[in-house]
Amino acid sequence: MKAAVLVFPGSNCDRDCKTAVETTVGGSVEMVWHQESTLPAGLDLIVVPGGFSYGDYLRCGAMASLSPVMAAVRAEAERGVSVLGICNGFQILCESGLLPGALLRNAKLKYVCKPIELTIENRKTRFTSAYGNQQTVWMTQGNGDGNFFADADTLKAIEDNDQVVFRYVENPNGSVNDIAGIINKAGNVLGMMPHPDRAFEPALGSADGAPMFHSLVAALQVA
Amino acid sequence: MKAKVHVFLKPGVLDVQGKAVEGALHGLGWDGVSNVRVGKVLEFDLKAASEDEAKTELKAMCDKLLANTVIESYKVEVA
Repeated sequence: MKAAVLVFPGSNCDRDCKTAVETTVGGSVEMVWHQESTLPAGLDLIVVPGGFSYGDYLRCGAMASLSPVMAAVRAEAERGVSVLGICNGFQILCESGLLPGALLRNAKLKYVCKPIELTIENRKTRFTSAYGNQQTVWMTQGNGDGNFFADADTLKAIEDNDQVVFRYVENPNGSVNDIAGIINKAGNVLGMMPHPDRAFEPALGSADGAPMFHSLVAALQVA
Repeated sequence: MKAKVHVFLKPGVLDVQGKAVEGALHGLGWDGVSNVRVGKVLEFDLKAASEDEAKTELKAMCDKLLANTVIESYKVEVA
């Protein structure tokens, strides 16, 4: 698998994402600075990592979503390349319009940093096929603005189209419908607040993030 | 021209900062306070030929960057 991990000023999970892809599926990973206007050719996966791009100024992910590299990401996403946004990456994808909704300040105003249990709501995606019959997974969460919001019509569409991929077992931040991660209609862009990149081997406390990368490789073999 | 842009969470979108401030005001005895909303004001200088042109530009800036219209509404002023 050939992957790119984007790097914004203030990204702090970029190396975690690189290590996760390398360790779980032996992928080759290039780091791409946000000022680049092109991405490497032949990518199978683009990871938009967590962190605090642009210091979370104005709104989380707002300025990063307008970086030159995001125009290239949009073009690749339209071609069907897989895009995975984690935490701040999820916020960036929502800000860029690649995913519906937005992330608000956590309902209890607390930064939530802890292991978190999720139910897998849709295991038919290219990101989740390798979870088999596994009902719940453990990952970790670390954010202050993880409270997913969408207006009633958008929310209904997300639910009706099976775009909710992960839900919190115990909602830590007030997210509407306990939503922790969603996918776009086309099924190639996934955004989630919890971190598979911090849960891909037992030494990290959980290896439940690893099947996500195995799923993506399996999808390539089918394709 | 002096431009001023006000950005607030839309009505119906939970404003947790507003709620926290409201709680603090109640704690200080201002029981008559309700519906506190915390927003942002951006001020800057803007070159424009007319007020109308400035407002058009400001609205474009809000739609593109300054506000996320999924959750926020905005108001622009020029003077």
